[in-house]
Amino acid sequence: MNRGVADGGEDIGMVDEAYRVVIGLEVHVELKTRTKLFCRCVNAFGSAPNTQTCPVCLGLPGVLPVLNRNAVSLAVKAGMALHCRIRSVSKFDRKQYFYPDLPKAYQISQYDLPFAEWGFVPIADGAEVKRIRIRRVHMEEDAGKLNHIGQNLKEAEGSLVDLNRAGVPLIEIVSEPDMGSAEEARRYLTELRTILSYLDVSDLRMEEGSMRCDANVSLKPRGYQGSLEDLPRVEVKNVNSIRNVGRAIEYEIERQAARLSQGERVIKETRGFDDGRGRTYSQRSKEEANDYRYFPEPDLPPLVLDESWLAEVQASLPLLPDAWRERLRGLGVASQDVEVLVQDRVQVAFLSEALSFTDDVRAVSSWMLSDMLRLLNERGLGFDQSPVSPKDLVDLLGFIADGKISGRMAKEVLDKMFESGESAAVWVKRLGMAQITDDSLLRGQVAEVLAEHGKVVADYRAGKERAFGFLVGQMMKRTQGQASPEVVNRLLKEALEFDAQ
Amino acid sequence: MMAVPDYSAKGLADAVRSGQVSAESAMIGYLERIRATEPEVHALLAQDQDLALSRAQGVDRMPLDQKSHLALAGVPLVVKDNIVTKEFPTTAGSRMLEGFHSPYTATAVERAEAQGAIVLAKSNLDEFGMGSSTEHSAFGPTKNPWDLTRVPGGSSGGSAAAVAVGMAPLALGSDTGGSIRQPAAFCGIVGLKPTYGRVSRYGLIAYASSLDQIGPLARTVEDVGLLLQVISGQDVRDATSGENPVSDYLAELKRPLEGLRVGMPKEYFGQGIDPKVRSVVEKMLTRLATEGVTVIEIEMPHTRYAIATYYLIAPAEASSNLSRYDGIRYGFRAPATDLDSLYRNTRAQGMGEEVQRRILLGTHVLSAGYYDQYYVKAQKVRTLIRRDFDEAFQTVDLVVTPSAPDLPFVLGSRSDDPMQMYLSDICTVTANLAGLPALSVPAGFDDGLPIGMQWIGPAWSEDLLLRAGYMVEQMVERPRWPL
Repeated sequence: MNRGVADGGEDIGMVDEAYRVVIGLEVHVELKTRTKLFCRCVNAFGSAPNTQTCPVCLGLPGVLPVLNRNAVSLAVKAGMALHCRIRSVSKFDRKQYFYPDLPKAYQISQYDLPFAEWGFVPIADGAEVKRIRIRRVHMEEDAGKLNHIGQNLKEAEGSLVDLNRAGVPLIEIVSEPDMGSAEEARRYLTELRTILSYLDVSDLRMEEGSMRCDANVSLKPRGYQGSLEDLPRVEVKNVNSIRNVGRAIEYEIERQAARLSQGERVIKETRGFDDGRGRTYSQRSKEEANDYRYFPEPDLPPLVLDESWLAEVQASLPLLPDAWRERLRGLGVASQDVEVLVQDRVQVAFLSEALSFTDDVRAVSSWMLSDMLRLLNERGLGFDQSPVSPKDLVDLLGFIADGKISGRMAKEVLDKMFESGESAAVWVKRLGMAQITDDSLLRGQVAEVLAEHGKVVADYRAGKERAFGFLVGQMMKRTQGQASPEVVNRLLKEALEFDAQ
Repeated sequence: MMAVPDYSAKGLADAVRSGQVSAESAMIGYLERIRATEPEVHALLAQDQDLALSRAQGVDRMPLDQKSHLALAGVPLVVKDNIVTKEFPTTAGSRMLEGFHSPYTATAVERAEAQGAIVLAKSNLDEFGMGSSTEHSAFGPTKNPWDLTRVPGGSSGGSAAAVAVGMAPLALGSDTGGSIRQPAAFCGIVGLKPTYGRVSRYGLIAYASSLDQIGPLARTVEDVGLLLQVISGQDVRDATSGENPVSDYLAELKRPLEGLRVGMPKEYFGQGIDPKVRSVVEKMLTRLATEGVTVIEIEMPHTRYAIATYYLIAPAEASSNLSRYDGIRYGFRAPATDLDSLYRNTRAQGMGEEVQRRILLGTHVLSAGYYDQYYVKAQKVRTLIRRDFDEAFQTVDLVVTPSAPDLPFVLGSRSDDPMQMYLSDICTVTANLAGLPALSVPAGFDDGLPIGMQWIGPAWSEDLLLRAGYMVEQMVERPRWPL
């Protein structure tokens, strides 16, 4: 839906001197409810066609919709996380058009009173943060799917209607036309997806259609004084990945700029994106567009959200990516690590849980992003499926902090923990790794090493720093790596200085 | 001709519960009556006599402790064919749904069946409930049992005629702009349009969702109350059904109403009302005044916009509700060469002229550029009409009007004049627009044709309406049976 675009974009990217790029995105997100929006059918992806249907979502004669409370609660969470104002009274409307995947020939949606409005998504470009404004978020039901028999639509012998998806709850998030480049659009989508992933309100799988994006792209000629709404806007529909949204926009900018520079008109239309060729193609002209004849859905009372319920939902929101960025930076985590960590909700959840057992955020995050990540990737797992729990990792780091094992030992222990799912304590003991920290056990060996390597000692005294490393290595060899490097360092230094006197 | 099964629903249920009468023997009587009268009246669409008989036997076989709880034990029920039923096909009087079988049963029917009612047939109607004469059925018109050359009213004409002639003591109808009350008046029986939200609409094939209500038709006020009792109450499957508790409609029914103040809006007694109708209703009001009822003349100034308002809102909603009949998944499908012609041909051939007229009207009303001018404005007037009633109920308990502006008219006499047909709803549409309950009860006869009077009350005042109706019923002499 797109009515009444405000001319609000700041001055941003230019294709060349002559035009400014204006991009607005409409994102559909399927909500992860147990049942559909207006009936009790299971909401799940990938079942045999038409097995998750009932008279209500089939639109049979006489049926009525009943609103799913949980869908409202997930939708409101999303609205709040996008910093929207939530309307205490909104309503549903019918959007009417004929298509075989739409069994009632209308979609129950929200038209002039969406449940959420006036939000924003912050996107960062280096240190600079820009707010992409959200005009509105509304709830609606998904349509079914058509499966065409044959290679493509034109040559199809027929089409089969699958209504499993009909009635699945969606939110549509409509941005203001605040993006000035494909890169900004990609950043916006990435951040939007990250924010929503923290709320756990959707699967957010673009390839499965649980997140879908339509991009509105237009070029505003220099000196243009009219409203953005009057610019010929091209809507690129249903692009299946964030990367392809970027590619489609880039192609559109070039295509439109080429037309304009040749003195041709850009036609207001809907276009598709051909992934293989990296090009958009015309689908239908908007000039012959549908009149959707919206009117208030008489089968549903107005949606009234009371203050205390809204306060409860607000209180249930998790810490969002921006807040996490701030928290982690404040705790001293390196900027680039912060960015990598917050990208993934399960990483942050893992880190968050680990931080309930330790204050050492830098140790946890650096182990997470190095060895943990490597081991998980090898197994194709996410942090939420890790055989090593946050508590396990913190325990392991405790052995290092206490000087019981070295970092190198800890890596070996972590490998074993991943393989077996057993604790650090078990493996430290099993591998006989209790580090030797007892001065009295090591002093004798220090004396022996110094005695055996008189020449090296002499080199060290002559100022060759590297000689010290050799002596440490000898100590580790004698103790089969179990000596604490710190203790060895200290004892070697003490002995060398003592002898010198 | 065979004897008419002379039971009230209440009397029959009592007799079946106590074992004085078997449900089966009563059912046999009703089925005989159908065989005798249906060829002339054509009130019914689908019937299932075997099913009805076996259900009746089922009631007879029930253990006494179970049977004794059933408010409608063994009572035959006719269901308007825009209310879906699993056991019978449901057509809504349209070619579009010829042969359609619903996989589920409407809540109102389920509730009646749970109380021992036995559906024996589906009744004829104007296609999708659109009409005031039952002439707009795709399956032929129903005749008025009091005069077979005349219409029974509509759109619940089949239900009204069936009850009037004794095919069953009870029927369910639906009322969007008068479709229960006007045929009840034309057929000399009692019909009630409940408060919007009183009866679940789940399973009622939608015509105009914000106006539609299912309601009871019967030969007596008490039977109307009995059926209303059973079908009322909130339904989780209908978000517009009301939470208000259902009162006991029969408990106080026969207690005289003392000090009742009745409003007589002059707008309903003026131009466009047949003088014969006016005189019968006014005579009844005069008689009521002698019984202690205070009759007060009132004004309801927005009444004159009611028909225009109704014929904007109802078609608008209808154009949307009927879009699903597209030939894709069920019902009629016309031959076609592509998707567009499939839609066009199916809807052009599957739907009757009146239905197409209203769909076109409604589509126009909701179109870009006309929406504010028509739909939004009509909604504002609707609020004003509601306010007229709110104000009236500050001074009176109930409002009385004729149920219809004229006597049952001759079949075919208005078929070519939709405006004239729309004016038949002039007395009844306001209650739908305001969401109020309204009862039609026979007020007298003129030259053998029945005339009804309408009682409109505040929201949820069905108990009061029924008491008023009962009072009137005691004063009217009527011939026992029309045929």
